[in-house]
Amino acid sequence: MPVDIARMTKVFGRPESLTQARSTYCPGCHHGIITRIIGQTIDELGIAERTIGIAPVGCSVFAYLWYRCDALQAAHGRASAVATGLKRARPDLVVFSYQGDGDFASIGTAESIHAANRGENITVIFVNNQIYGMTGGEMAPTTLVGQHTATTPDGRDPATTGYPIRFSELIAQLDAPVYVTRQALYDTRRIMDCTKAVKKAFQNQVEGRGYSLVEILATCPTNWHMSPIQSNQHVADTVTKVFPLGDLVNRGA
Amino acid sequence: MRERYLLRGNEAIAESAIRAGCQCYFAYPITPQGELVEHMAHNMPRLGRTFIQAESEVAAINMVYGAAAAGVRTMTSSSSPGISLKQEGISYLAGANLPAVIVNVVRGGPGLGNIAPSQCDYFQAVKGGGHGDYHMIVLGPSTVPEAGELTMLAFDLADRYRTPVMILADGLLGQMMEPVELPAPIDMASLPAKEWAATGARGREPNIILSFDLSPDNLKKMNLALQAKYAEIRKNEVRYEEAETEDADIVIVAYGSTARIAKTVVRMARAEGIRLGLFRPITLWPYPYEPLRALADRVDTVLTVEMSAGQMWEDVRLAVAERANTPFYGEMGGIVPTPKEILTEVRKHAR
Repeated sequence: MPVDIARMTKVFGRPESLTQARSTYCPGCHHGIITRIIGQTIDELGIAERTIGIAPVGCSVFAYLWYRCDALQAAHGRASAVATGLKRARPDLVVFSYQGDGDFASIGTAESIHAANRGENITVIFVNNQIYGMTGGEMAPTTLVGQHTATTPDGRDPATTGYPIRFSELIAQLDAPVYVTRQALYDTRRIMDCTKAVKKAFQNQVEGRGYSLVEILATCPTNWHMSPIQSNQHVADTVTKVFPLGDLVNRGA
Repeated sequence: MRERYLLRGNEAIAESAIRAGCQCYFAYPITPQGELVEHMAHNMPRLGRTFIQAESEVAAINMVYGAAAAGVRTMTSSSSPGISLKQEGISYLAGANLPAVIVNVVRGGPGLGNIAPSQCDYFQAVKGGGHGDYHMIVLGPSTVPEAGELTMLAFDLADRYRTPVMILADGLLGQMMEPVELPAPIDMASLPAKEWAATGARGREPNIILSFDLSPDNLKKMNLALQAKYAEIRKNEVRYEEAETEDADIVIVAYGSTARIAKTVVRMARAEGIRLGLFRPITLWPYPYEPLRALADRVDTVLTVEMSAGQMWEDVRLAVAERANTPFYGEMGGIVPTPKEILTEVRKHAR
């Protein structure tokens, strides 16, 4: 029986806030899912015309290409400071930074902590894949103990490189942030949870509540040397043991 | 009517920035420009504008990047070691064609140096302290009133050319008090709209602000566009002052506080019959090569005097191109040369 497309109801599609630009991410990488979630959130909140995205340095350096909104490309690690300047200049705009673990939790440590501590009314999406993807799979501040990377060829040794840093927990110690949460994307339920968290983080800003941080545990099949399915399993079984999921701070409504 | 105040250089710069419509100011405290930060901390919030004491110089310049991208007039200030930290951000501002004003109240270096006046950051300012093929406009005030005037100008030039502009002052100028006539605040509504700014893509295509292109061909184009802009600035914005040069046999080339001291030396030398003049670059980039070269054709000696090991001296020699003798006299470590010391140097070259 022929399908009458005109009579079908569209239940899923590409968010209007996303462009048609081709992804630069590797197959199986979670950045694409996160991009989609942000696009969907911008659509649902109807804020595309007043949203400014801030792209970091790293795999998501091209983040400015994906959204139909104004965007900036920031220096490595400085996205939270750039977001601060922009938001203070134009409090009516919705400003989000999109930062990887190297950007947010290593080179940008000071900028990340202090933007949170000032309670800047911004939304930070912090993508934690425990590796430096863009530069070729080197150790990240979040790399797991024993994890093999290009710069820890024998596995991360805490005696010389320390331990994976739970940056969201550091930020959760501060008084100012209104929402700090860690989410994952390894199955449908987590994707739905993460979508709710991202929406809440944007909603907080729209309502003027203050600083919101969504850390998302993401995969890097290419540099983990795993298949996408193995990568999802690794997040579920191993990464979440070091980086537990859930809300760390949820102040107010 | 213009209002008259007794202000330190730091305060004159801060107050002029406010009158030039600076909406967002970000800085980290450092001596000898503390009064500048404090003036902004006191006044900006009262005007409904933004003051943030940033966690670092690096954060401050990146906040400037964000505010500049939003299309508002924005400024940061610091002193030598802090300006070194801002170099990354300055390179990004230049690469992304963002207007911003950066004040450097220079102190002794290198390293932690000290907090005394110096001109040892000339290279860093005019040759490009950060990475990449870029320049910024560099203005060198020599008095407190001029520090105020050049601050007003800096915001206009930054917007006109979409470029970072540096006020290159020094610890002496920052701390010294003088009567200053301040202009009325500008009418913000009179400023042209910044169509390129990231203000929300309402009824237009998104504006993307970046200093990045992986394609060598495209990045070359971005660089050629920057170079074309620099050529335009070189053509339009060279500023300098000449004093007593008409009949001079010797001229001193000096900028900033040193130029002010040199003016005294010109009077002292003339009193004893030495025909001494002064050539004072006001724009340190673009440097007034052509007028200095023209002057060098008419004199025997072009004496560079600086509070550095001879950084501007390199540009003087490029300008003079062996048309005259080009001796150098400098002080370092935060020592300010006295008129008498400079006069002794001048006498060595007098006919």
